[in-house]
Amino acid sequence: MGNRRVVIDPITRIEGHLRIEVEVDENNVVQKAYSSSTLWRGIELILKGRDPRDAGLMAQRICGVCTYSHYKAGVEAVENALGVEAPYNARLVRSLLNESLYMHDHVVHFYHLHGLDWVDVVSALSADPAKASKLAFKYSDSPIATGTDELTAVQKRVKEFVDKGQLGPFANAYWGNGTYKFSPEQNLIALSHYLKALEVQRVAAQMFAIFGAKQPHPQSLVVGGVTCVRDILSPTRLAQWKEKYKIVKDFIDRAYQADIIMAAEAYGTEETVLGGVGVKNFLAADAFMLNRTENLFQSGYIKNGDLSQVYDIDDMKIEEDVTHAWYKGTTPLQPYDGVTDPEYTGFIDGDTVNGEAKIIDETQKYSWVKAPRYDGEAMEVGPLSCLLVNYARGNKKVQNEVGAFLKRTGLPVGALFTTLGRTAARMLQTKLISDNAIITFNSLVENIKSDDSTYTKFEINPDKEYTGRFIGEVPRGTLSHWVRIKNGLIENYQAVVPTTWNAGPMDGNGTIGPYEASLVGLKLEDPAKPLEVLRVIHSFDPCMSCSVHVMDMKGVELSEFKVTPMSSGAAC
Amino acid sequence: MNGFDALYAKAKDRIRALSELPSIKEESIEQMLEARGVERRDFMKWAAGITAMLALPSQFTPLFADAVKMADRIPLVWLHFAECTGCSESFIRSDAPTIDSLIFDYISLEYHETLMAASGWQAEENLNHALKKYAGRYILLVEGGIPTAMDGQYLTLGPQSRTGLSVITEAAKDAAAIFSIGTCAAFGGIQAAAPNPTGAKGVDKVISQPVINVPGCPPSASNIVGTLMHFLLFGTLPALDRYHRPKWAYGNRIHDLCERRGHFDAGEFVESFGDDGAKEGWCLYKQGCKGPYTFNNCSTERFNQHVNWPIGAGHGCMGCSEPDFWDTMGPLEKPIDSHLVMGLNSTVDKIGTTLLTATLVGIGAHAVASIFMNKNDEKGE
Repeated sequence: MGNRRVVIDPITRIEGHLRIEVEVDENNVVQKAYSSSTLWRGIELILKGRDPRDAGLMAQRICGVCTYSHYKAGVEAVENALGVEAPYNARLVRSLLNESLYMHDHVVHFYHLHGLDWVDVVSALSADPAKASKLAFKYSDSPIATGTDELTAVQKRVKEFVDKGQLGPFANAYWGNGTYKFSPEQNLIALSHYLKALEVQRVAAQMFAIFGAKQPHPQSLVVGGVTCVRDILSPTRLAQWKEKYKIVKDFIDRAYQADIIMAAEAYGTEETVLGGVGVKNFLAADAFMLNRTENLFQSGYIKNGDLSQVYDIDDMKIEEDVTHAWYKGTTPLQPYDGVTDPEYTGFIDGDTVNGEAKIIDETQKYSWVKAPRYDGEAMEVGPLSCLLVNYARGNKKVQNEVGAFLKRTGLPVGALFTTLGRTAARMLQTKLISDNAIITFNSLVENIKSDDSTYTKFEINPDKEYTGRFIGEVPRGTLSHWVRIKNGLIENYQAVVPTTWNAGPMDGNGTIGPYEASLVGLKLEDPAKPLEVLRVIHSFDPCMSCSVHVMDMKGVELSEFKVTPMSSGAAC
Repeated sequence: MNGFDALYAKAKDRIRALSELPSIKEESIEQMLEARGVERRDFMKWAAGITAMLALPSQFTPLFADAVKMADRIPLVWLHFAECTGCSESFIRSDAPTIDSLIFDYISLEYHETLMAASGWQAEENLNHALKKYAGRYILLVEGGIPTAMDGQYLTLGPQSRTGLSVITEAAKDAAAIFSIGTCAAFGGIQAAAPNPTGAKGVDKVISQPVINVPGCPPSASNIVGTLMHFLLFGTLPALDRYHRPKWAYGNRIHDLCERRGHFDAGEFVESFGDDGAKEGWCLYKQGCKGPYTFNNCSTERFNQHVNWPIGAGHGCMGCSEPDFWDTMGPLEKPIDSHLVMGLNSTVDKIGTTLLTATLVGIGAHAVASIFMNKNDEKGE
């Protein structure tokens, strides 16, 4: 009997439109996996010919989940091109906004997008709330939202739905799958946090809006600085930020951290979450300015999971391959020379474990995402990469946080190189950021005592050509934006996005990317209900709108780009 | 008052009709809220807030409270097309009613790809089930533009790789009401900006049913929830403007109720970001604020539970709830009359319509010109 095909489309609880297909053998073990993005919007084409000052606001519309990431990247790429340095206050505010974004985005990801891969809602119904309430103290000294009364109320509400077969958004999921490992009590604790997180994320969004104008899609950055001068000079506003920050940080410390510790214990021997790292190369950029001299995270990459050696990134070694992407061409190209010409070939008819469907023809093109490579190698980016690179770099803050977590859970360092490790890394990164955001905030408070500048004036000379770029970290990993300006307008625009690194298809050499590689060898309990696949893919936090973009950097030489070290410690 | 009496009677009838529909849940909203520790007083306060937002007199507040009790009779189906998920994100930022109560207690959210647990075949099954079971009853909320070029194949969905175009056509067929949430669904949005490589269009351009547009990039959570609540209370479309936007939300220009309007009238403008005028909160017209051309209630509603809004944060409005704003309002940080046209003839025409439809209250062309001629910058830079 040959391999059978499993099609999952739509992958829900992500940003955008993603299809995953796997081939399983007679033991239901994944032999091959294919990742396909099924939407193309063409935003970089749209950016051409526009005012460079609009690049940030337009690029921001690539994605509303990691909102702000592309806004900041667009603004800073243009600043880099024009040689404008935003004042210190502005750079601190941008860093503070980024920290606020992570504290929001990662919490929403774990609870509302990824959580239901770990938490069996139906199992929570048979929990004993009193027992669960007591159990919560095992994972946190002062647990949150786990009082017996509260847990009883949560259970009652969900029970009513289940009794009537009305699960609303919880309907028709893979409840009862054998790879759910939490006890009923643990499920109930996490379910209560799921609901609590809905409240907390609102506060996190407010915290962001204080200096960002609104969330999603803030509007307080401009090329040259920030516009929220009244907010940063207002003691009331500063106090509001701090108050909301404390609420969110509290939830991260007492719920998010506790639940991951609980997951590490419950899932510590579950095979299906102890693989999931097929590409063992990890890439990360500098991020999070704390003050004039210190950034929270540093850049670099590691190869083959070897933590003893960190390499510096060389832009010249980034290439993108379109052999299996829906664009014309087969030769890998440097982003600067990339050409974009859609060539859609669609899907073919085929048989799957769920019946007849449209399926990927893997010998042809099959995704709107290109395949980025560094020095010919696939790379994973994201919170796990960020922590591994910094751990290997000897970043003390990271080493201490990771070390404490491993000690607490009894897991070896090797456990980081797993689906579970990737999910834990996101929490640890959130914790590091929320612990250190206050340093950025205090730097700002200190500086405005003697300096209220928020904007640097600049001119765009229509007779000059400019090129520039931004590289930094955003919630889903390393992001870079590249811009060329001519006649005072955008001549070319390009974004190399985290999910592109992770979700890209096979390249011309047959090398597969992190999503596809992470699924090979995964055993499915029931191929018709592939929960295990979702868990692995969700651990990357997919963002498809971000990852599908076009490149059109024809004829740009690298030497034209002013590549300067990240002076602003800009994160995104 | 007669008009209101009629409206009142209409709402009463609506509640009666709703109460005759089969309930999806058994417990009343009050019992549910009580279980969540929300007091009746808070609930009534919320109802009063929505009543005020929809510009209805206060006697409608108890009706609202009654209507909300019937909310579980109205299943919601939320579909995603060419979008960035920003509108969903805005929706889950709503505070009243809180999204958790929306999910669990009030409205039956039958399909929402960002939030639902099911994936793949099972997700598809949920959608088909909801469309069948609640035919004629469900509210269809649409996020994202519809790519129409290449037979719609720039977006495919589900195991059968159906185009977005065919999914929306089918889902619209039996909907009780269709709301386009956000500027992409309403007018095509960012992907429809020139040169619109995928032929993206607003929902009402690709289906024949009436559509209520709730534009904004993203719209505030309160505009999304308010639109839902209005439908719940009256069961009919609200008064709409020429772009099919509810007048209660999109009836005024940003400029009309702007907190910085006094500075505009006094001729006090921010001449450069970060200058003394910026610190004083002066008018942002010269920094490209599109408030005079933009119809929305951000000036009063703001975002994230009234925490802030673009003009509050010192950046001009960019006109995001207007059709084709990316093309007609850009460059976003320059006033329209110093417009840099991108070599697109269609854009020039659109600027014309924008200007014609948004009569510049207090800004005659002459006045505009004089703003730019009188450079009495006493401040110096």
